Amino acid sequence: MTRKQKHLLYRILTAAVLFALGRLLPLSEWAEMGVFLVCYAVIGWDIVWKAITNILSGQVFDENFLMTIATIGALILGEHSEGVAVMLFYQVGEWFQSYAVSKSRKSIAGLMDIRPDYANVERNGKLEQVDPEEVLVGDTIVVKPGERVPLDGKIIKGTSALDTSALTGESMPRDVGPGMDVISGCINQTGILTIQTTKEFGESTVSKILDLVENASDKKGKTENFITRFARYFTPAVVFAAIALAILPPLVTGQAFTIWIYRALTFLVISCPCALVISIPLSFFGGIGGASKLGVLVKGSNYLESLSHAETVVFDKTGTLTKGSFAVTEIDPVGMKDKELLELAAYAEDYSNHPISLSIKKAYGKKVDSNRITDVQEIAGHGVQAIIDGEVVLAGNAKLMEKDHIRYTPSNSVGTVVYLACNGSYSGCILIEDEIKADAPDAIKALKEIGVRKTVMLTGDADAVGQKVAKRLGLDQVYTELLPADKVDRVEELLQLKSEKGKLVFVGDGINDAPVLARADVGIAMGGLGSDAAIEAADVVLMTDEPSKIAAVIKIARKTIGIANQNIVFALGVKLLVLILGALGYANMWAAVFADVGVSIIAILNAIRAMRVKKFDSSVH
Amino acid sequence: MKKTIKLIDLDCAHCADKIQNAVQKINGVTSVSVNFLGQKMVLETPDDRFDAVLAEAKALIKKIEPDVTVKA
Repeated sequence: MTRKQKHLLYRILTAAVLFALGRLLPLSEWAEMGVFLVCYAVIGWDIVWKAITNILSGQVFDENFLMTIATIGALILGEHSEGVAVMLFYQVGEWFQSYAVSKSRKSIAGLMDIRPDYANVERNGKLEQVDPEEVLVGDTIVVKPGERVPLDGKIIKGTSALDTSALTGESMPRDVGPGMDVISGCINQTGILTIQTTKEFGESTVSKILDLVENASDKKGKTENFITRFARYFTPAVVFAAIALAILPPLVTGQAFTIWIYRALTFLVISCPCALVISIPLSFFGGIGGASKLGVLVKGSNYLESLSHAETVVFDKTGTLTKGSFAVTEIDPVGMKDKELLELAAYAEDYSNHPISLSIKKAYGKKVDSNRITDVQEIAGHGVQAIIDGEVVLAGNAKLMEKDHIRYTPSNSVGTVVYLACNGSYSGCILIEDEIKADAPDAIKALKEIGVRKTVMLTGDADAVGQKVAKRLGLDQVYTELLPADKVDRVEELLQLKSEKGKLVFVGDGINDAPVLARADVGIAMGGLGSDAAIEAADVVLMTDEPSKIAAVIKIARKTIGIANQNIVFALGVKLLVLILGALGYANMWAAVFADVGVSIIAILNAIRAMRVKKFDSSVH
Repeated sequence: MKKTIKLIDLDCAHCADKIQNAVQKINGVTSVSVNFLGQKMVLETPDDRFDAVLAEAKALIKKIEPDVTVKA
């Protein structure tokens, strides 16, 4: 509780005691009025004071002023206990509202509690604890177990496991060792790490993420803008209605003014639009905070709104649905075992750093004894020739086989094929493909399940490869062999085809897809851990690179919009109902206070639900 | 020049909107956005006007919501 909240709480308790005394003690009429007036002064002095100062500075439709008029009006009409009670309950509501808002502020801040407090920097051979902002690029910092990595850098010494869950929602720790890059915001779990910083704090991942999420609520969605605009007209409208209600009916019907003035006063109590104005942005903020807990950064409420209407989802292939790294998927030997063929290939490709060679060496998994290899020759555009254990080994594409007149069996597999020959006779082939991400098939299925109408894949890759991937994933449509500019054209076409309300979402790896990310209604980028380009270009960033998070964030978006709409309907509905009942004389000021602060509190509690997103996380089983 | 200014004890969402509207109208403001949940205001002005705008904004905020403490 803040000091202000505590102070108000004491005043509420004092006033409540006085109010009870006034009601319960057998006092004379004058004494009772005296007690109520003291009570009113205790609980309402600041409201009255603010009302006066605001009027003097020219603000008429201020809630303090309206509450003052309503309660003093009730006192003058002789409704002493009611006038005091309304003020008391108004303050109880204010207190509760302030408490609920600061609570939710804290829990949202907790969701994003990734800011490192200090850095242990090595200066003149000694460790010093400093503010992360004071660390320069190239400084050496030490991160002990249990501490947060304060800046992005490269590990010089030490191995450890890093908990990246605050950034990615991923609960499996990542093993790191010397030479590896680490990003700020992760928690070091086991060993001591010595890190050379590569970025200053302001440029480090943790700052960028915090900045992005904290400012996300600045980009307001349509719902939010509507409510803000609505609020500006609501209060004056209700006040004018109240004035009309106080004057016109008595003149027409000849009834007593006091009845209608009392009814008008109930109008004033309802006129504050606070419930709406607080709960709508709170819902969106909760949704954005919740999404960031799953490792999905959403840059604004407006994107949550668009995502909730996702109709077409367009994917880039490489790096989005596939890993963008090559792996051996098939080994087809002739006259030897799988292992032997793989060993032969690994030795032949040992000197090359081409992605294809790397994938073969990775599949082989054992250390290559370079003493067995002599005389390696690269034949550009064909492959390599190497002497291994005195035997001439050829490894390369079909052209290499043809050049050396080797009788080989052409493979009709889709992907990259490496043919091998030993001493002039064919020994088999190895198929290398870009691996489909483990969760990609589920990601597409989940999108279908939540009602996305069309899933499309765009790729610059060969038609056969693209078709195969699309078929395996169950995508509706695929465009292959596209140049970067073609991708924009295809997205334009798809934008024409979708329905008016539906939105087109483009998912790419963020590095070379910037124009398409910008053109789509919502651009989602694979953030990779800490890829700057992606974080800047896209509207939504998936920190774990898992396409299955797309369905999750669409669900979060829908839930958030649902909550916001519930709040609008509920708050406006109750207020309208009480206004009508008040005008007809069925609702008294008590009901009006409920319609004001009671509704606010319920709407805030409802908004807080938007933060709970655990069940949308498909990666938690 | 763009700077984030803390608005301590900003407790009323409606007032946040009022503050934003009022500060927007100050001569020399390029952009301003009041963040109720973050209890802060991001104010952008030409470099030479910043201090003057901030002083004017402080006075306006004091008028709209006396409880709020402005901390640059």
